[in-house]
Amino acid sequence: MSVITEIAILVLAAFVGFEVISKVPNTLHTPLMSGTNAIHGIVLLGGLLLMHEAHGVLEHALLVIAIAFGTINIVGGFLVTDRMLGMFKRKPDLPHGTDEEGDGK
Amino acid sequence: MIVATIFLQNANFIDACYIVAFSLFIYGMSGLTGPRTAVRGNKIAAIGMAIAIIATLLTPHVLSGSSTPWLMALGLAIGIAVGVPAARNVHMTAMPQMVALFNGVGGGAVAIIAWIEYRHHFATGGSLWVEKSQIPTLFAAIVGSVSFWGSNIAFGKLQEILPGRPIKLPGQVIVNGVLFLICVVSAVVLAAGTHSQALFILGILLAAAVLGNMVVLPIGGADMPVVISLLNAFTGLSAAATGVALNNTALIVAGMIVGASGTILTNLMAKAMNRSVPAIVAGGFGGTIAAPAGGPGAEDRGPVRSTSAQDVAVQLSYARQVVIAPGYGMAVAQAQHAVRELEKALEKKGVTVKFAIHPVAGRMPGHMNVLLAEADVPYDLLREMDEINPEFPRTDVTLVIGANDVTNPAAKNEPGSPIYGMPILEVNASGSVIVLKRSMASGFAGIDNPLFYDPKTAMLFGDAKQSVSDITSEVQSL
Repeated sequence: MSVITEIAILVLAAFVGFEVISKVPNTLHTPLMSGTNAIHGIVLLGGLLLMHEAHGVLEHALLVIAIAFGTINIVGGFLVTDRMLGMFKRKPDLPHGTDEEGDGK
Repeated sequence: MIVATIFLQNANFIDACYIVAFSLFIYGMSGLTGPRTAVRGNKIAAIGMAIAIIATLLTPHVLSGSSTPWLMALGLAIGIAVGVPAARNVHMTAMPQMVALFNGVGGGAVAIIAWIEYRHHFATGGSLWVEKSQIPTLFAAIVGSVSFWGSNIAFGKLQEILPGRPIKLPGQVIVNGVLFLICVVSAVVLAAGTHSQALFILGILLAAAVLGNMVVLPIGGADMPVVISLLNAFTGLSAAATGVALNNTALIVAGMIVGASGTILTNLMAKAMNRSVPAIVAGGFGGTIAAPAGGPGAEDRGPVRSTSAQDVAVQLSYARQVVIAPGYGMAVAQAQHAVRELEKALEKKGVTVKFAIHPVAGRMPGHMNVLLAEADVPYDLLREMDEINPEFPRTDVTLVIGANDVTNPAAKNEPGSPIYGMPILEVNASGSVIVLKRSMASGFAGIDNPLFYDPKTAMLFGDAKQSVSDITSEVQSL
């Protein structure tokens, strides 16, 4: 891929991001933070892509750490967001599907 | 079987998977516009992530080498073993530090990956140091490192391992400027063709690490919502840069979306405090500013009226509308469940109860909303600042629970005050105000609050959780 194509994708993604995120209400800002937080754990892919090129103990060890970090970021981020979102409920008289983790304990 | 393998490892198929993955991210995030669709949106984004990971593992040669799959599995297993219990067991009150920590490890991963990238180019004598991946790699290394260390400090402050008050160092703005310059100059030198791993480690990773520490240490707890969103944006942008370096569209798009969301939130938070992002990063106010600047001094503000749980209960029970304005104090006292009980008891008496949520109440964007949601407060009772302010004149009693600076009228009518101009919850417009507070100590910003001396205001001193429970039982017995 040429640099220009990648910069084009970069710029377009920024606009899409602004467009989508600016519609999120204040109420959901914490889940938004932890949700997007989970998404940047995608750098995990970088660790996976580089592992087979690694030489020596140092590089392997560093990449294992990077993969572990990325995984913590992804798994933790999505789970915690799910837990939080499961707690947002409307008026209690409305029977709303309770999430399996909605008790927040 | 062979055909299937060839198909699955086809570069176009893998790229198509990445496109599906980032489409799901965007679609999932757009579900976050409402609490009803948000749970599903988050799951959709998680599916996108799974697709991106699987596609990466299908890429030819990625699993080559006898130890490669095992090392990957090791990293993934460690990540799951740490991440899952952390996410499951964290208390909602500890959410800001959890997010800071998750953000930090993401930044750390970016910095490590950039380092490995650099080492690979270095090992080939720079001949493979493709021009277009130089700048993104260097950028990712600097920003990832700043984000990792900055987030760790933010975590330490929120977890109260480090003091929450601003830690000021002499000449700190100059030191930060010099560190930033070291990073930039090192990056320019490296990009210009010098191949020195020592310079990469010292000039980029280490200088950025120190910079990350130095930038966050002087920032006070009340400014944390801004810092956390800013660091989140940083990690996103550095992930996008890694994507450019690695030719990976999923990384580019995902990183940019996070960058955009972090930037939006940072600006919203800064606006809600009427301060500029550079001013916050340059070091928070408060801590050292003890004397109220300008306006009447604390001594001529008049006496503070204190009240009892019983009186508060009577006042609340005979009100038509009660507004509850929670702040960080509610989180510290873990009083959200007690508050929910009070709200239910009052509704039973026919009182309308609403919650006034200031955008920067708490330690992260939307912090109060999550705590109240945890306590089962229906989200349609929560009102944003602009929505609730016109309602205060029609409100009989406002109950301020552990909020201070966000209700400080000095922000409106004392031009000398350090928070002058910050939009506040105009609680003093309501019939009467009851402030639940541990003691008369000033808020995180260290600014005196004239609200407490207002003749309409009564103070109920004590632990917020205990006070709220006392009021609730008094209300129930009336």
